[in-house]
Amino acid sequence: MPIKQEIFAIVISLFLLFFIIELVRRKKLREEYSWLWLLTGSIILILALWYDLLQGITRFIGASLPTSTLFFLGLFFLILIAIQFSVKVSALFTQVKNLAQENGLLKQRIEELEREDYSPNEHESKES
Amino acid sequence: MKDTLNKAAKILTIIPAFNEEHTIAQVISGIKVHAPYCDILVIDDGSSDATALRARATGAKIIHLPFNMGYGIALQTGYKYALEKGYHYMVQLDGDGQHDPRYIEGLLSAVKSGETDVAIGSRFSKNNENHVYRAGWMKRTGILLFSAITSLIIKQKVSDPTSGYQAITRKVAQFYASEAYPCDYPDADVIIMLNRAGFRIKEIPVVMHQNKNKKSMHSGMKPLYYVFKMFLSIFLTLLRKRELFNQGSGRVCP
Repeated sequence: MPIKQEIFAIVISLFLLFFIIELVRRKKLREEYSWLWLLTGSIILILALWYDLLQGITRFIGASLPTSTLFFLGLFFLILIAIQFSVKVSALFTQVKNLAQENGLLKQRIEELEREDYSPNEHESKES
Repeated sequence: MKDTLNKAAKILTIIPAFNEEHTIAQVISGIKVHAPYCDILVIDDGSSDATALRARATGAKIIHLPFNMGYGIALQTGYKYALEKGYHYMVQLDGDGQHDPRYIEGLLSAVKSGETDVAIGSRFSKNNENHVYRAGWMKRTGILLFSAITSLIIKQKVSDPTSGYQAITRKVAQFYASEAYPCDYPDADVIIMLNRAGFRIKEIPVVMHQNKNKKSMHSGMKPLYYVFKMFLSIFLTLLRKRELFNQGSGRVCP
């Protein structure tokens, strides 16, 4: 790999790694989501530093150029991250759904209790 | 006050309603006439019109969802309420006047007699000759298609798998309130799930009225999505293990 490309790749991956770690440190990003991003950054860094590995992978998967391998890996990790988000969104949706339902049920219950408070007679006749 | 026959059993009618201000009061008064022994619960699914006001004026119980969450979720809220309040049987019907409250009695007696766990009001059932339900060819084809698939899978004739007019027992409500219930689009897949969970299903002939001024649940691009979603949902239901449903039905309210 030409030295220019190598430096560029190393700088980018280092920047990505520090950026993610900084986000986690400042609690802007939960650790739960950071690991896939950190993995992606680390792999870019490793491949940039270790060109033989990149060539090895290229041969192994049958790609013609090391660049395609990089693109392929990049895409693959992006897809993984997108799936992780979809899973989390589904889980969040279920939580929102349950909260909304619970909210509706509680509101109904409060209204019922308030009515009973204001009209004790009605309450008694209900029980009889 | 209450019908002596039904005194022992607490029954709740659940009406999920989203922007049904024109029909909701009429539906509720219909229930009061034809099934006075039932409590009535309206789930206001984040309506932007006067649905809640109209329903409240009739004296029905109302649950507000903070925003529109869809038919299945509104319905499930009703079942959660019914379980919490200890109802024995529940009837679900639409707030748009499509489902005639006259048939509540028939649906209920099927579940109360113990012959079935779920009674589904069918507009196409064979013994329903006095009335023909008119629908567009797309809708008809869709219903026929899913009727055939559902019947094939559960090995029992289901003529109207898209019907939202049902009476169920408390056991089934527990299943509906669990996470196994497909909240986003409950339909033919629910019947298959019910069957897999070991519930008995019976169709009762009912008359359904055409929606007069309604955007159908299946309009615009929706039919395509609907067919796709239903195939996917049925396929996934078949892939899942039976135990999952049984667990689901027992977990919520032991």
